[in-house]
Amino acid sequence: MTDLTALTLEAALAGLKAKNFSSVEITKAHIDACMEGADLNAFITTDFENALVAAKASDAKLAKGEGGALEGAPLGIKDLFCTEGVKTTAGSKILGAFKPQYECTVTANMKQDGMVMLGKLNLDEFAMGSSNETSAFGSVVNPWKPEGKNDEELVPGGSSGGSASAVAANMCLGATATDTGGSIRQPASFTGTVGIKPTYGRCSRWGIVAFASSLDQAGPITRTVKDSAIMLQSMAGYDPKDSTSINKELPDFSVACDRSIKGLRIGIPKEYTIDGMPGEIDDLWQQGIEWLKDAGAEIVPVSLPHTKYALPAYYIVAPAECSSNLARYDGMRYGVRVDGEDLNDTYEMTRAAGFGKEVRRRIMIGTYVLSAGYYDAYYLQAQKVRSRIAEDFTNAWETCDALLTPTCPSAAFPIGRPVNDPVQMYLNDIFTVTANLAGLPGISVPAALDKDGLPLGLQIIGRALDEETVFAAGAALEKAAGFTAKPKKWWV
Amino acid sequence: MFTAKRVAAKKDWLSGRDHDWEIILGLEVHAQVASNAKLFSGAATEFGAEPNTQVSLVDAAMPGMLPVVNAFCIEQAVRTGLGLNAQINKFSRFDRKNYFYPDLPQGYQISQFEFPIVGEGEIEITPESGEPCIVGIERLHLEQDAGKSIHDLSPDETYVDLNRSGVCLMEIVSKPDMRSPEEASAYVEKLRGIVRALGTCDGDMEKGNLRADVNVSVRKPGGDLGTRCEIKNVNSMRFIRQAINYEARRQIDILEAGGEIHQETRLFDNKKGETRSMRSKEDAHDYRYFPDPDLLPIKITDKYIADIKADMPELPDARKARFVEEYGIPDYDAGILTADKAKGDFYERLVAKDTGGRDAKIAANWIMGDLFGALNNASIDLEDSPVNSDALGELLDLIANKTISGKIAKDVFEKMFEGGGSASEIVERDGLKQVTDTGAIEKMVQDVIDANADQAAKVADNPRLIGFFVGQVMKASGGKANPQAVNEILRKKLGL
Repeated sequence: MTDLTALTLEAALAGLKAKNFSSVEITKAHIDACMEGADLNAFITTDFENALVAAKASDAKLAKGEGGALEGAPLGIKDLFCTEGVKTTAGSKILGAFKPQYECTVTANMKQDGMVMLGKLNLDEFAMGSSNETSAFGSVVNPWKPEGKNDEELVPGGSSGGSASAVAANMCLGATATDTGGSIRQPASFTGTVGIKPTYGRCSRWGIVAFASSLDQAGPITRTVKDSAIMLQSMAGYDPKDSTSINKELPDFSVACDRSIKGLRIGIPKEYTIDGMPGEIDDLWQQGIEWLKDAGAEIVPVSLPHTKYALPAYYIVAPAECSSNLARYDGMRYGVRVDGEDLNDTYEMTRAAGFGKEVRRRIMIGTYVLSAGYYDAYYLQAQKVRSRIAEDFTNAWETCDALLTPTCPSAAFPIGRPVNDPVQMYLNDIFTVTANLAGLPGISVPAALDKDGLPLGLQIIGRALDEETVFAAGAALEKAAGFTAKPKKWWV
Repeated sequence: MFTAKRVAAKKDWLSGRDHDWEIILGLEVHAQVASNAKLFSGAATEFGAEPNTQVSLVDAAMPGMLPVVNAFCIEQAVRTGLGLNAQINKFSRFDRKNYFYPDLPQGYQISQFEFPIVGEGEIEITPESGEPCIVGIERLHLEQDAGKSIHDLSPDETYVDLNRSGVCLMEIVSKPDMRSPEEASAYVEKLRGIVRALGTCDGDMEKGNLRADVNVSVRKPGGDLGTRCEIKNVNSMRFIRQAINYEARRQIDILEAGGEIHQETRLFDNKKGETRSMRSKEDAHDYRYFPDPDLLPIKITDKYIADIKADMPELPDARKARFVEEYGIPDYDAGILTADKAKGDFYERLVAKDTGGRDAKIAANWIMGDLFGALNNASIDLEDSPVNSDALGELLDLIANKTISGKIAKDVFEKMFEGGGSASEIVERDGLKQVTDTGAIEKMVQDVIDANADQAAKVADNPRLIGFFVGQVMKASGGKANPQAVNEILRKKLGL
């Protein structure tokens, strides 16, 4: 029998439908893979027992020729999505043993469509990080290793590091993730997987633990572009419980993957070259241009002049919103509480014990930039920059239909790499934050291996609500790149 | 920012050691929006429920929960704004006001800071003993209420009830246009009348559904504005006046002793009748306001406003003018009867055309005198009055058709108020029907004259003695004889 964990989501769904194997079989195969891969630390909580119950229910439906778009497919869920009755941690200690009494809209949609949930995936604490090292549950290990350096463990990227690692290591057919500044696309790039952040408002944020509300957006990490289309189709949709949710009918994303890109105008933003970027990133970018040209696209140079302000603006807006969003973790109603001498002491002790260093840093930055006397200079200014960045894109759309950029300025780096300057870490987001600031869809597609044999991704950014073009261009890249490399299974 | 041109009438000045003082008052009134659901969640808002039974996941700020604005609350705010003759802002926005407190689950209150839904307006008030004056409205904005901390259930623990958490409040901010405690309470009464007429707030101060923060400062009459102190959460008209009187005097005492006023927030202790410091300006929170990213700005159209306007009920001022015009009652009476929607409704039911056109002035007198007096003594709200308008109408009809005299009617009313039955039942049961049979009255008169022959002889010289005879006849009739008939017959028989 074929290795059921090596299937794409698309193939697995077809196999289930054709009754080539059962959901219980494919779920068990994945449970085994999860147990084998325990050292990757991709999961915070597994829920194999319920996964098998769900798989059985799916099999019953499939037997009758029924079932939804994800019927019987074992998937992983980033532990930022609240799941009813299953511990949800957001990668933090502060939530303690919190078990939501509710199911977030995205996973409710997926359960409605028949998904089998294997468990909750590790992430940077409250999704704040680019290496998954800020998780209170330990770093996630990237299944990829640099050639000839078997002792070295690499980060999977972040914040959706658990999702990326689990998908890359065939521990689930796909996983949900969230992206506030690049948290889907950067780990996808680091692990040789596909990740799409849809247009802001496509996926409901209801029930997803908030980091920065105006930037947070859910999306999938999968092994192929088509798989991402299938998953996003299920995850997305209008939700009246989220005021920022978009009330527009979803196009058929899978169909869009097969669309020709002949005549599509692909913009190449000249500002997306940064000092100290490895030459091979630039080479890959050039290669991507050639691939898309070969597929019939027209290449257009464009300028996004405010790009250099994106990262600073992001690191004002996101912490500002986080400082307020995380105020609710006060030890009063749920989660951890450390009793102090008085109320303020209790707040301080609780939050000091519950939050890790990076989260505390961002809360303090956010509190600072919103303070009286600083608000205008920081927050307001950052919002203005944000409008300029959105305008840059609007102007670019006059001459092109989508943009091609590298996803990240580097490949995955070693766990524990000394970070003396947090800004160094923030540079990971440099090519991805703009899409968050402007609310645009962006996909990362694995394109090549670097000189150390580590995957690198290319990014397509599209117009708001035009995921179809993003999928089409992404699929064209995927086809041209023919990226079939897999990490060696050293963890078994 | 604020100017305070109007100088208080001299009678409102407070005397001081060297010179008189004038009080400058501005109010922030929190009015709970009449709505079944909260501002950002579907949880119920009913008063008096068991603690923590009306709390949604959003109100308890569970992880990942998002607010969704209750459109009805927006409508209520616009309606109220129109009632305050105020500018309705077609663009407004919700901001977060950040601070930590156990009864504030989100760690921030969603409010409107920079762009309130309602801008400047004005209303006219008439203080009890003073001239009518205009009070400017600075703004009205929407915000969510916090929960309630209960400190007295345990010596070392605080309990939190989140039923109020997320309930929609309108904060109505006045300009510093009031100059006396009476003006301040008249302003709140006027506001209450307006929101009740509009159905946007029930105005119930005892339940805390309408409460005021009072900003008090003093100055030399007409002089520069002084530093103000804010007295938080005063929840009755009487307390508002008491708190102002106390606070103004406190400030004057400090100033006259050479001290200065420090801007601060104070609490009114209604048991001791004094205000005391809660927190100084230095301790004030930095609320770190910023636009709530979970909510879209509120954009409303001219049509939306026009539709609400077209559907507005009659407001107290318009109703007052109509009462004067339509019922011919004095301005003063009309003012009292329209101060409150319930009063006006009661009156109009009483004098409605289909009741046969009762005397509007007599009806007004009965409501303002006997009925309000009795309600006041018994501390009962008009809505709960044991005598409703139909019952009082029946009594008025009995007077009008001379079944009973106005004097007897007062006794009948008292019995009605105590639950003794309807007017006609009481009249019947107690045999209070007025005697109009002249034959019977003539006999009574004759009996009284016969029994008091010596007095009767003196009447010619002293006509005022007739009063004695009237009294005797009325007494003999048990008060039931028609006094007019008694008078006439007596005069005839005594030859006056």
